[in-house]
Amino acid sequence: MILLNSTPADYLPIVMMFVVAMGFVVTTIFFTHKLGPKRDSKIKLDVFECGIESVDNARLPFNIKYFLVAILFVLFDVEVIFMYPWAVNFKDMGWFGFVEMLVFLGTLLVGFYYIIKKGALKWQ
Amino acid sequence: MSQIAFYILSFLSVVSALLVIFSKKPVHSVLYLVFCFFTIAGHYVLLNAQFLAAVHIIVYAGAIMVLFLFVVMLLNLNADIEPHKDNVLKVSAVVAGGCLMLIMTSVMKTADTMPIIDSTNQIGVVKNLGLALYQTYMLPFELLSVLLLSAMVGSVLIAKKEDIENLPQ
Repeated sequence: MILLNSTPADYLPIVMMFVVAMGFVVTTIFFTHKLGPKRDSKIKLDVFECGIESVDNARLPFNIKYFLVAILFVLFDVEVIFMYPWAVNFKDMGWFGFVEMLVFLGTLLVGFYYIIKKGALKWQ
Repeated sequence: MSQIAFYILSFLSVVSALLVIFSKKPVHSVLYLVFCFFTIAGHYVLLNAQFLAAVHIIVYAGAIMVLFLFVVMLLNLNADIEPHKDNVLKVSAVVAGGCLMLIMTSVMKTADTMPIIDSTNQIGVVKNLGLALYQTYMLPFELLSVLLLSAMVGSVLIAKKEDIENLPQ
């Protein structure tokens, strides 16, 4: 089995991209704050909420359902990630790999069926 | 070259990890943790474990941190209702943390030194990793789906309110 040789140095362009992206954001934010005129007043610094007087604390407890949706997203996210190395090796493994992935996905589909049946994603 | 990158990355990850602990605002801690995860992904790239690096960014920096933010919001951390920790608690926390540090340092001292994986090692590349995962480690892979299934069922069971009226008898 022959593979492409890959070294960490191949990632240098990505590092440069990150540095440029971060640098752009940091410098623009820094310089707009430094260069622009600043006349703060009580009203200007007030919390703005679509013109309506803001009421109450911003930190109010919210529905646990959002958390449930997020956690289910993470689980299916992990599931999908396992398909990347599988897809790369799909031809090499032939039917064996295909069936293997079917078993994996089948088990998770049972979980999906459970979620749907339980109405966990329903928003009453 | 790779050594310089290692030192820069290590410095950044240690500093960001310390900032996670020392920043007063929980949301800032979360952001520093995201940065820390990115630097650790950089370490993975230096070890030529590219798949691991990508997964680390997608799952940890992307998904797990969302959950962390949710938890921070759910905790309802108001400055005025934050409970004041008394001194007994602080002393016991210091003792417990010190014990943990003692154990960790002694373990690190006695542990066998691992051979350094040089950056020409190709096992972390997606193709090799896939072959190892789907052929040599087939059973753990299939068991992983059971683990994910149990996590799904558990989270639904804990978070979902049972509507008792519509329960089938």
